[in-house]
Amino acid sequence: MSAGAVTRPEQAGPVDPAGAPRPAEASAFAAVARAYARSLIAMTALVVFAIIAVAALLAPWIAPQNPYDLTQVDLLDNLLPPGSESFSGQIYWLGTDGQGRDILSAILYGLRISLLVGLASGVIALLIGAAVGLVSAYRGSWLDATIMRIVDLQLSFPTILVALILLVILGRGVDKIVFALVVVQWAYFARTVRGVALVENSREYIEAARGLKLGHLRILFGHLLPNCMPTLLVVATVQVASAISLEATLSFLGLGLPPTQPSLGLLIANGFDYMQSGRYWISLLPGVVLLVTIVSINVVGDRLRDVLNPRLAR
Amino acid sequence: MVGFIARRLVQSLFVLFVMTLIVFFGVNVIGNPVYIFASSECNQACVNGIIADLGLDRPVWEQYFVFVGNALSGDLGNSFTFGVPAMSLIWERLPATLELAFAALVIALGLGLPLGILAGLRPDAISSRLIMGVSTLGFSVPVFWIGLILIMVFSVQLGWLPSIGRGDTVSILGLEASFLTLDGLSHLLMPAFTLSLFMLAMVIRLTRAGMREVLHADYVKFARANGISETRILSVHVMKNILIPIVTVLGMEFGGVIAFAVVTESIFSWPGVGKMLIDAIAVLDRPLIVAYLVFVVFMFVIINLLVDILYSVLDPRVRLGGGAR
Amino acid sequence: MKRLAALVVAAAMLSSASVAAQEVLTIGVRSEASSLDPHWTQLSADLQVQEHIFEKLVNLDSASQPIPGLAVSWEAIDDTTWEFKLREGVTWHDGEPFTADDVIFSFDRLRGGIEGAPASPAFTLDKGGKTWEKVDDLTVRVRTDGPYPTVAEDLAMVPIVAEHVARGVTASVDFNSGDAAIGTGPFLYNEFRSGDRISVVKNPGWWGGEVQWDEVVFRPVTQDASRLAALLNGDVDMIDYPPTADLPSLRDNPDFTVSSIPSDRLIYVMPAYRDVEDYVLDNDGNVMQPNPLRDWRVRKALSLAINREAIRDRIMGGASLPTRNVVPPGFFGYDESLEADPYDPEAAQALLAEAGYGDGFQLTLHGPNDRYINDARIVEAIAQMWTRIGVKTAVDTMPRNIFFSDLIRGHEDSFPGHDVPKFSMSLTGWGTVAGEATYTVSGILETYNAATGGGNGNFGRYSNPRIDARSILAKRTIDRDERLRLLQEAINIGMEDYALIPLHFQVNHWAMRRGLEHAARTNERTLAIEVRRVD
Repeated sequence: MSAGAVTRPEQAGPVDPAGAPRPAEASAFAAVARAYARSLIAMTALVVFAIIAVAALLAPWIAPQNPYDLTQVDLLDNLLPPGSESFSGQIYWLGTDGQGRDILSAILYGLRISLLVGLASGVIALLIGAAVGLVSAYRGSWLDATIMRIVDLQLSFPTILVALILLVILGRGVDKIVFALVVVQWAYFARTVRGVALVENSREYIEAARGLKLGHLRILFGHLLPNCMPTLLVVATVQVASAISLEATLSFLGLGLPPTQPSLGLLIANGFDYMQSGRYWISLLPGVVLLVTIVSINVVGDRLRDVLNPRLAR
Repeated sequence: MVGFIARRLVQSLFVLFVMTLIVFFGVNVIGNPVYIFASSECNQACVNGIIADLGLDRPVWEQYFVFVGNALSGDLGNSFTFGVPAMSLIWERLPATLELAFAALVIALGLGLPLGILAGLRPDAISSRLIMGVSTLGFSVPVFWIGLILIMVFSVQLGWLPSIGRGDTVSILGLEASFLTLDGLSHLLMPAFTLSLFMLAMVIRLTRAGMREVLHADYVKFARANGISETRILSVHVMKNILIPIVTVLGMEFGGVIAFAVVTESIFSWPGVGKMLIDAIAVLDRPLIVAYLVFVVFMFVIINLLVDILYSVLDPRVRLGGGAR
Repeated sequence: MKRLAALVVAAAMLSSASVAAQEVLTIGVRSEASSLDPHWTQLSADLQVQEHIFEKLVNLDSASQPIPGLAVSWEAIDDTTWEFKLREGVTWHDGEPFTADDVIFSFDRLRGGIEGAPASPAFTLDKGGKTWEKVDDLTVRVRTDGPYPTVAEDLAMVPIVAEHVARGVTASVDFNSGDAAIGTGPFLYNEFRSGDRISVVKNPGWWGGEVQWDEVVFRPVTQDASRLAALLNGDVDMIDYPPTADLPSLRDNPDFTVSSIPSDRLIYVMPAYRDVEDYVLDNDGNVMQPNPLRDWRVRKALSLAINREAIRDRIMGGASLPTRNVVPPGFFGYDESLEADPYDPEAAQALLAEAGYGDGFQLTLHGPNDRYINDARIVEAIAQMWTRIGVKTAVDTMPRNIFFSDLIRGHEDSFPGHDVPKFSMSLTGWGTVAGEATYTVSGILETYNAATGGGNGNFGRYSNPRIDARSILAKRTIDRDERLRLLQEAINIGMEDYALIPLHFQVNHWAMRRGLEHAARTNERTLAIEVRRVD
């Protein structure tokens, strides 16, 4: 349910694209960007997220140490508070954990894994969901009814439950958690895309395209899909945030990622045992970074929705 | 009508069947529960004895049929670790989870409604923006983290609230309830609040949206014109109209809350079914894992079936339109 | 509604009033007891709760040496026959007298010979082909199929249940409900609420004398941090396994007391000895042949590379006993001439070079992450230390159930009846529960033999005929001095060959509120009878 941003009431139904700018127009992007930039909070969130993403991407180059290279980690430096100096003169800006690992480096590397899991699962789920949704709307009839029945069924189970079942069975690992997250997410994309596509499908230009006997693929991907993009973008943003949150939760429960690939959730769990003794930094700091990441993505998503769908602006 | 219900019923049974297949076979390929029991001194004969005792020497298919046969009579097998029927453990622990979930519901409504109304009445006030900002947090912050922070602040630093387990209970109508004792309440507060966050955010948003819609409605304007007091308008006319969607959504979310209690219960050592599941996974108590999952899936299938039937009774279009919405 | 509330308040006041008059001890435990059926499992978490209700013929004192329990005395009549005199005047919790029939019934039940008995995970408690014979109501004789010196130690493992209540009941179920949880011990069954609490109350008629506590409550709190929090804010009076990182601050805190005792559990690293090991790779990632771990110099190098003091000080909160023995000080078989290896990375590197592995190699160290104190952290620390001398060590830790299952038979060559261990190097532990070294030497140093049970903990498949000869002979030697000599010889041979790499004996800790005093035990169990109020 922390991952439950996906079931927000505003998103329960397909987003009406009628008010959306046509992405085909060259100036559309600029218009969207201008509209987006009018919110200071949204711009701040975007910048924060950009910084986080770049930091994660560049982790191997900017992190003071590679927390998984055991020659760089020294047990004798363990449990140092933030700002301490190590035996060799290096400064641990955010302190060290129980193994003597630099927390700052661990956060950067953990962020990398958290973002990777969130983005990978979001993109794969988007591709699968969009394809299924498009075909469903385009073909209609029994296929549509069956697919939507499956989607409804899937959505009626809480995400955490489905992910839990899958991970109990599959075990831990990046590939496994990505798979589980894709399974819980694809249906949201499918339903959203189908809703938008149904509306587009009945418009004149699609009728015309059919009349011209253009290939199905061309109609699907040349005409229908581009019109679904704005809505997809909004849903994808929110889904990535919720995927990161869900992954952190599952890893915290010991079901997500293995200790050899600690994401932020696992770092928080590892630090939990030290919290009572006042060594707050081991658990708290990764938590703050996780929080900031998720919130910034969500704020960006909210703003995108407002900009792309003025009718839904609150 | 009858045809529709029959179709849904068949679908539900099919879903149930598929889910038991997935859960049973999936859980059966992981790990080896024998060594939970076997001490380091357990030799081959001893291991074989345990395997036979647990029924693990039979082919998986046979184990599945035995499982389904027993499940039909309400027996989901004996827990490996406790040696008692898995269902009796679930029934024993379910009240604690339900209590937690209901407490979360009460908090969500008790806090969410006033905050939502406030935000809806004056949408542009700073306080309203703050409320909406906090509700955004409620959607995005991982709940387990909030739980940890609460423990750190209220248990470790301030020492105000206990951080583990359920407090003293009182038996009412045969069920143990902890919210009637002071000790029980103090134990309930943090986990219930943590679990309520998501619902709380949702109630705030729904209330605010409902408020804004209803306040512009004609009958409210009419009531105002007739000089009916603002309090009365809010408490009678507005509330009546915004409560319906809220209750509907919360009703549908309630199952999700029970599923999500897994996380909250683990953090606060709350002796409910969610904690039981996580413990069962840690020791690979297969029958207990399977029983919990089958039980919850069953619960959801039933809820979905009822919702579908209810909708079809209330709104005939659902039947005619097939899957399309 | 108001009346109900008033009732509730009255009830709450009543119950709190009665609680105040009672001496209640609440213990937060790391692992929940799964059953009150004393023949259900051999898990410490179960046994420590059961021990409050059920007793054994022979008890172990706090240093794990045998002392009288339900039997007042025992003697060997000949090489294969022992006679036990039972305690007079002992009654079951329901008032029935305790007799020799109960003893014989308990052993029958342990072997699964009774309807409804667990097909027993615990039946290996009963070793040596014992047969039982009732001489009179208070005398029983045990016969073994060969000379068997450790009968008394064995019997210290076997709880005695009441024939008149336990016959025909369903294993575990009827014990957890309380129906069959009728013992002779200092406490009576009161309540078992899974996941929440197990409570026992004072047995006023216990033969052992006055019991201080009116009620003892065990509350499972799995998370280390939560368990400590529960102690700090007064939810519980005492906890087992306080997080080691918090030991210093707990010791400094005047409101709390810590009790500590070295346990009988040896923590060690176990190399595997097959020709080819899946997790031993050269620097290019190819499986190595021959397996370098078969060279004792490599094993010695790995041992010298471990900084046991750093592990003690940095991970174990200053409390562990670095060692090169397999049983702790004070136990039968301990050899004080064996001292823990010093930390000497240069010597380690020299040894590696001498063995022809100067450039190092790659290795995966496996271990559990929820079994021993700080197990995963120790694994990571060792990996750091080995990597420093050029043996690039990867780490893989997992929950105990998966770890042990793979450790014992996780290799793909396994099939039913033929166990092949999976790991090439693993961190594991061995507890000498019986207080003496015979079964420790047999279990971890003797060659694996599924038929005799020899080497049943030897998952590296180490094999040394010189050890085997001594270990097998020791098991049949009644004479204590001779047995001690054989065992110490076997241990010395094994340690010189680095058959395994010992790290330390765990030191167990308990933390409690001020005003409690705890006489801690070597066998890791938490017993209310050993906790006293001193304020």
